[in-house]
Amino acid sequence: METITLTIDGREVQAAKGMTVLEAARAAGIKIPTLCYHPELRPEGACRLCVVEVKGAKSLVASCVMPASNGMEVYTNTPFVREARRTALELLLANHPFECLTCDRNGNCELQTLAHDLGVREVRYQGEKRNVPKDTSSPALVRDPNKCILCGRCVRMCGEVQNVNALGYVGRGWDTLILPLFNRNLAEVACVACGQCSTVCPTGAITEKSYVDEVWKALGDPKKHVVVQTAPATRVSVGEALGMAPGSIVTGKMVAALRRLGFDRVFDTDFSADLTIMEEGHELIERLKEGGPLPLITSCSPGWVKYCEHFYPELLPHVSTCKSPQQMFGAVAKTYYAEKMGLKPEDVYVVSIMPCTAKKFEAQRPEMTASGVPDVDAVLTTRELARMLKEAGIDFEGLPEEEYDAPLGISTGAGAIFGATGGVMEAALRTVYEVVTGKTLESLDFTAVRGLDGVKEASVDLDGKTVKVAVAHGLANAKKVLDRIKAGEADWQFVEIMCCPGGCIGGGGQPIPVDREKRAARIKAIYEVDASMPLRKSHENPAVQTLYKEYLGAPLSEKAHELLHTHYTPRSRF
Amino acid sequence: MSACACGNTAPKYPELQEILSRHEGEKGSLIPILQEVQAAYGYIPEDVIKEISLALDIPATTIYGVATFYAQFHLKPRGRHVVRVCQGTACHVRGGARILAEVEKELGIKPGETTEDLRFSLEPVACLGCCGLAPVMMVDEDTHGRMTPDKVASVLARYE
Ligand code: SF4
Ligand code: SF4
Ligand code: SF4
Ligand code: FES
Repeated sequence: METITLTIDGREVQAAKGMTVLEAARAAGIKIPTLCYHPELRPEGACRLCVVEVKGAKSLVASCVMPASNGMEVYTNTPFVREARRTALELLLANHPFECLTCDRNGNCELQTLAHDLGVREVRYQGEKRNVPKDTSSPALVRDPNKCILCGRCVRMCGEVQNVNALGYVGRGWDTLILPLFNRNLAEVACVACGQCSTVCPTGAITEKSYVDEVWKALGDPKKHVVVQTAPATRVSVGEALGMAPGSIVTGKMVAALRRLGFDRVFDTDFSADLTIMEEGHELIERLKEGGPLPLITSCSPGWVKYCEHFYPELLPHVSTCKSPQQMFGAVAKTYYAEKMGLKPEDVYVVSIMPCTAKKFEAQRPEMTASGVPDVDAVLTTRELARMLKEAGIDFEGLPEEEYDAPLGISTGAGAIFGATGGVMEAALRTVYEVVTGKTLESLDFTAVRGLDGVKEASVDLDGKTVKVAVAHGLANAKKVLDRIKAGEADWQFVEIMCCPGGCIGGGGQPIPVDREKRAARIKAIYEVDASMPLRKSHENPAVQTLYKEYLGAPLSEKAHELLHTHYTPRSRF
Repeated sequence: MSACACGNTAPKYPELQEILSRHEGEKGSLIPILQEVQAAYGYIPEDVIKEISLALDIPATTIYGVATFYAQFHLKPRGRHVVRVCQGTACHVRGGARILAEVEKELGIKPGETTEDLRFSLEPVACLGCCGLAPVMMVDEDTHGRMTPDKVASVLARYE
């Protein structure tokens, strides 16, 4: 790698060729404020918060788009620079609603932090405030355009990383807004509800739609038997949302906390992840035997499923008919479990704690009603759970470690790794291998499908028969895989697709901010959870075995189909 | 071009296909295409934006962004006749606002809107630049000077 030398604030600094001035400064530990810049998105140079003086340049330059060059002399902290930054910020604040106290992002807002850090104590400009109604049409997200500072991060996330392009700039000058296509509501365009826009939004302009009030209400209702399920990724992230280090494993504390909130039973989505593997693994085996349609593509990620419905409806026959673990859990809780408990399905209230905003959409799909009422009643993100715990005054870090309730809280390591990209694939391979070959796996770790590479491929030997697999996370990566399948150029038999970068641990409901290192820390924690489990293969889950024996019969049985499988709806790409 | 999932298969916009094939393979053709679309249809229909998006592999949100950025583009159908009422200083002093109010009442629309029968579009304007005739209104290329509110209906009646 070619290096260059420049001076920043009088210090000689080395940087890699191709770095911007901002990157060179950050690498050298020099802080420059930014707002429209995001390390994982193409820089746009829109907000001018990152301006610096460069010797010889006629005016201030935006460091996030300025390439660093040899011999350059940069000043990041002159009166001229400070004044320009503050003016840029004050102009943004001039038409910003000052609603910090009631804002979802209060205490975790980049605009608020910058106003504090840049020493803004009065706003010298008074602009007309925008008065655009909130868009609450989506079951997953709320847009409040009045809080939008037009940084464009959501637009780039939705386009570059997710390849959905549901959001765009509309109009010009003062009238510019960021809006879903054709000024429609979010629910009326091809948005997949992934919530990635909300994780990069520096302000409270895009947030998850909160169902905290509904859950408090159910918890206070003596007629309801309220059960909760926790997604694999939440046990390595709710601690982070409460100020602990990224990748802190807090499974037992989370269980204890949920009991203190008043849930009647604390169950685990890892249980139904194991159940998903039983169904999906057998679906794969059946399709391999019967010749298709192959590749089989996983269906646990509701953002991905919705993306497929909008953009690749012709590939829907490839998508597994298995419901996601969240929905399988709800279906089992309101039938098998309700019957065991002598309860009516409508008296069981199922809450999910999910790393995901698309799960909110999924729970409201009309077809997800195995028992006659919705499988899942309310979906909370990791962030919303953290908020509830704060509201309840629970000292999370001080809690003891407690165990999940039986039977729907019993799980294996295979269920846990669903939370990381490649995990569903690995969990399925562990089971499919043993079912097909009748042999015991020597090593359970399929490392080729782990990690943060956008597309991963591997071949697995099933006793002489090779199965080729691919894994993609983030929808722009998924597109690469899907285009090859569509063109008939792919020879995979099994493909895992996760909507969000890194898989569920990088979901749209996860702690903000997120970056590659935080995702890596969460993934590492997920595999630690797996390694620490006494059982690590879904088909060895005793509670799942009992469920089949007592209720479902066998994988893919009629009863299993009725409760655990679903169908898909082609949707418009606009 | 790949078929879209929205169910519209028959090309409802034959001129669009011609415009698109004229610009096939050309870089930076979006704005010329939008200009030609507008010339052909009088405005840029949403369905046309979708078709262009598929043909050029540009997100529809980007195209809509461009179309709303430039004032020259119209995203709604326009009336057969365009009415402009001068709101410049000279007209203002001589009752331009009352003329505009009368036009709005007659047509039942606000500036920027089009009547349902597509007969008239009312365009927002600052000054038409013929202050000697104030207050002034224009219909298409015709200038009507020294307007009074009671003349509005008869002027409009001349345009079918
Ligand atoms: S977006 Fe940030 S600055 Fe704006 S009201 Fe919310 S917390 Fe305050
Ligand atoms: S939720 Fe996902 S698809 Fe929808 S606008 Fe946000 S980033 Fe785009
Ligand atoms: S909604 Fe948020 S991310 Fe999108 S432009 Fe506005 S402030 Fe930026
Ligand atoms: S961060 Fe560089 S211009 Fe916004």
